[in-house]
Amino acid sequence: MTTPEPVDNAPAPLVELDAVSKYYGNIRALEGVSLTVHAGEVSCVLGDNGAGKSTLIKIIAGLHQHDAGSFRIEGEEARLSNPRDALDRGIATVYQDLAVVPLMPVWRNFFLGSEPTRGTGPFKRLDVDRMRRTTRAELLRMGIDLRDVDQPIGTLSGGERQCVAIARAVHFGAKVLVLDEPTAALGVKQSGVVLKYVAAARDAGLGVVLITHNPHHAYLVGDRFVLLKRGTMAGSHLRSEIGLDELTRQMAGGSELDELSHELERAQGE
Amino acid sequence: MSATAPAPTPTSDKVADERLLKTSALRKLLGRPELGAVVGAIAVFVFFSFAADSFLRASSLSTVLYASSTIGIMAVPVALLMIGGEFDLSAGVLVTSSALISSMFSYQMTANVWVGVGVSLLTTLAIGVFNGFMLTRTKLPSFIITLGTFLMLTGLNLGFTKLISGTVSTKSIADMEGFESAKVLFASQFTIGGVAFKVTILWWIALVAIATWVLLRTRAGNWIYAVGGNMDAARAVGVPVIKTKIGLYMGVAFAAWVSGQHLLFSFDAVQSGEGVGNELIYIVAAVIGGSLITGGYGSAIGSAFGAFIFGMTGKGIVYAEWNADWYKFFLGAMLLLATLLNHWVRKRAEATK
Repeated sequence: MTTPEPVDNAPAPLVELDAVSKYYGNIRALEGVSLTVHAGEVSCVLGDNGAGKSTLIKIIAGLHQHDAGSFRIEGEEARLSNPRDALDRGIATVYQDLAVVPLMPVWRNFFLGSEPTRGTGPFKRLDVDRMRRTTRAELLRMGIDLRDVDQPIGTLSGGERQCVAIARAVHFGAKVLVLDEPTAALGVKQSGVVLKYVAAARDAGLGVVLITHNPHHAYLVGDRFVLLKRGTMAGSHLRSEIGLDELTRQMAGGSELDELSHELERAQGE
Repeated sequence: MSATAPAPTPTSDKVADERLLKTSALRKLLGRPELGAVVGAIAVFVFFSFAADSFLRASSLSTVLYASSTIGIMAVPVALLMIGGEFDLSAGVLVTSSALISSMFSYQMTANVWVGVGVSLLTTLAIGVFNGFMLTRTKLPSFIITLGTFLMLTGLNLGFTKLISGTVSTKSIADMEGFESAKVLFASQFTIGGVAFKVTILWWIALVAIATWVLLRTRAGNWIYAVGGNMDAARAVGVPVIKTKIGLYMGVAFAAWVSGQHLLFSFDAVQSGEGVGNELIYIVAAVIGGSLITGGYGSAIGSAFGAFIFGMTGKGIVYAEWNADWYKFFLGAMLLLATLLNHWVRKRAEATK
């Protein structure tokens, strides 16, 4: 259980949580959790259900404020008041229940809320050509080759929709991408596709926060791993310090698991 | 953003365009929300062409178009509102309210009729804002909010008219200053090839054109589809949900004002009990026109075809010299058939993509 030192003389991390705590009344949802997100790196937050992953994400996304500890964005102490605030500071969050409108075409979804226009006054209109072209180009950049950007986004698979949401965040200049369980509802192949885009976003210079309960997925793309357990930090490792087996073991409960397997073995033996 | 693209080298746009051509024109057509209404309109047209001898005359067409336009003017904003995920049950009586305000204000203040028309516009828009504000503020279903507005307006229409005029209808304003010029705008006729058409047809066409433009080519249109399709997602990406919804209710109010003024200037007095029940006709026209009752899908042109089906059925039954009681049955059957067709078409279009 070590606290990772920042890699060489890198600039201030994009996002840095230091011993952050959050209480809901008398419930301790998060206690003393630290997390560092650097540009071009993937920081994974691992934990079982109820470990405090959602609370952590809500603090970074601006939905909740932390009660103790410090939250710095690019070295500057921050307290985000709402999701718009987070977006303005370059933190884009892609939620599990995706922020897309299923019946609308892909290109309309891609630009929703930030549509480019041309012309003035009553003739101010959507720059439809540019929207279509940009959508196709940006998705291609992320390696998504869509046949038709006019199809309703609801006709895409869950993985593809995740990818569109990621591509959108990248296009609109997000510096930090927070992904809430992006592979939770997906099959093996789809998960692989999404992880590829996570890597693509990382290579494009974004800092990525990947929330997941799957250590295999995390280890494929992650540079840093923070393990949460019942609201506290159960471990924080750099990739160089930990192997997949150890990560999986810790994630699955570590010594508790040993005890469990011991118990099960004995039960079988008798 | 960074220029280091990790992805495979993008294939040129041309390749993507070539594949796009493979989407057949037929499939594109099947994907349109108004398809059911167009098919329905053609079927009704053909049916009455055979069933009623006088249906195909030019003068009949004018009458049918007029009947369609009085519904169509309201069906356009009601369809937009439905795409935005909401209902307005007060739309029918709001038309009457708008006409009453205009008429009574001018009469009581002995003002130029145009002053009454202006006051009516502001008041009607304010009622629209009230609907939208209550909805977005309380987050109650629009069905409840506008049902409340509907009942209150019905009461106010009758109550105020009786209080002020002593009867259920307003006094004639035909001899007042500005009446003639206002009548030109709201209730005149124009002639094409010897056939007289009502000016409401022009209002209707203009509203359909503007609404189509807004829906397909403006940011507001994008927002309307988004708030109806997935409100939380829309809010999360920064769409002004509250403004969009209030704007939609103001659209209904504006059309109610146009319809109300037409009602007033077609005659010169208004019956205060009118309009009840019309809100359902507008909603049905929008639904037949392919607007999804749960929001997020539909078109303004579809609502026009929906209104046209109403106009043709209503007048066609008269031309066929049938009992007018059959009108409602036809409409009910049409609503079911069109909705089923729309549903089936959308499923097919999405499945074959």
